[in-house]
Amino acid sequence: MSNRTSAAISASATLAIILAIYIAGALLPESALRANFSQKGLPPSFEHLFGTDFLGRDMFVRTCKGLSLSLSIGAVASAISAFIALAVGLAAALGSEFVDYAINWFIDVFMSVPHTVLIILISIALSRGAFGMMAGVAVTHWVSLARVIRGEVMQIRSQQYIAASRRFGKSSLWIARHHMLPHLMPQFFVGLILLFPHAILHESGLTFLGFGLPPEQPAVGVILSEAMKYISAGAIWLAVFPGLSLVVLVLLIDTLGHSARRLLAPREAQL
Amino acid sequence: MRIEAKDLEFGYNNNNNKNINNKNINKNNNKNKNKNIISRLSLTVDSHERTALIGPSGCGKSTLSHILAGNLKPQSGQVLIDNKPLPKHGFCPVQLICQHPEKAINPRWKLGKTLTEAWSPDAQFLEAMGIEKAWLNRYPVELSGGELQRFCIARALAPQTSFIIADEMSTMLDMITQAQIWQALLRIADERGLGLIAVTHSMELAKRVCSRVIEFESLME
Ligand SMILES: Nc1ncnc2c1ncn2[C@@H]1O[C@H](COP(=O)(O)OP(=O)(O)O)[C@@H](O)[C@H]1O
Ligand SMILES: [Mg+2]
Repeated sequence: MSNRTSAAISASATLAIILAIYIAGALLPESALRANFSQKGLPPSFEHLFGTDFLGRDMFVRTCKGLSLSLSIGAVASAISAFIALAVGLAAALGSEFVDYAINWFIDVFMSVPHTVLIILISIALSRGAFGMMAGVAVTHWVSLARVIRGEVMQIRSQQYIAASRRFGKSSLWIARHHMLPHLMPQFFVGLILLFPHAILHESGLTFLGFGLPPEQPAVGVILSEAMKYISAGAIWLAVFPGLSLVVLVLLIDTLGHSARRLLAPREAQL
Repeated sequence: MRIEAKDLEFGYNNNNNKNINNKNINKNNNKNKNKNIISRLSLTVDSHERTALIGPSGCGKSTLSHILAGNLKPQSGQVLIDNKPLPKHGFCPVQLICQHPEKAINPRWKLGKTLTEAWSPDAQFLEAMGIEKAWLNRYPVELSGGELQRFCIARALAPQTSFIIADEMSTMLDMITQAQIWQALLRIADERGLGLIAVTHSMELAKRVCSRVIEFESLME
């Protein structure tokens, strides 16, 4: 089986599973989350795969809802971040020397600040919640993709067909749009997918610490921080299964990203 | 029409690469300016004579071609066309045809788009250039070097063009293709009264195609 075929199979399989998780979470009715005191604190069984919590809610349903929410927040945050990276990378490579210098300076600053702290600060400044967290993740995660895009543009900028395009009177904007963007798209999409796991882990982490989503949201971070109270009482399933599911989801997305890279940008995949 | 280059001065790595780290290199290069590839070079070419620019490989012919077409900025000196500097925006009246057509064409574009990026030639023109209609729907990897070079020549021959610089344009091609593309280019250049500078290292080609032969070394004082 060729490298491309295996990459295609792995990409479509992981994508299918991720979509299934998202749809399952989105389709599950709110009523499934209602408290049911006759069923509270049950360990995992066939009826309740992940057990139930101390309000009698099914943990499998809660986890699905939580992962689905994580996926939507992650998607928005990664997309914003990737677009910032694209704009900044293009500006650095196509703008004046000063713009490039300034942007590189900013990139160095962002890279040297511990970004978890920065996300917490931004999230608090924007009064927490989904919006603050997405902004925090988006603002801190464009840096490495912007570097990649800048490098790609620098390399393509010196091509003869770009010089030829200039001699035909095409503007810098036209050249960026027609010659450069199509060339950057594979890198852009791979970068976007690989931002996803970061966004999701930061979302859960922040929520777990209490700086993210409010406790009434069905988020994995909320589940985990609630579970802390019951672990000493022996109800470890409350933390183990949702936590593992989160790790599995993140690994799936990471696999999807790397398969997509092998498919779309094979040159970089070998590095 | 005439191209005039006055007192050109050019060396790679001086200030043409936008790179933050090359300030030190700058200093070194300014100290020994005589290391420049092109130094105090002057040249005047009129459009009613076909001019050959000849010199050994690596002497700086391609570099000079890029400066004359406005791709590279000389460190000092200027290029004038009819006593005016080359336009900064818009279609450049001096068009360049390079040695490697596959580098001068975006590999992600179908050739139809490559052609119309410059202008929209009619079917008769394409036939004169030996370009088949079916090629317009193909990608560059699906065509040979000679076929790609026809596209590079065709797009350089836009109506706004008044000078053509052909930099070793046929060096990579077989004899039959060489003859065909030179014939096509010369016919259209003569019809339209275009100026032509043929850059080559082959005296044989220079004598066959051009009425005036300039040695690259003789241009620099
Ligand atoms: N982009 C570049 N950067 C640095 N040096 C270059 C570059 N292009 C060409 N050179 C050098 O400049 C000299 C002249 O090159 P070129 O103009 O291509 O010569 P020719 O076309 O006459 O063979 C060569 O020594 C070459 O190594
Ligand atoms: Mg050359």
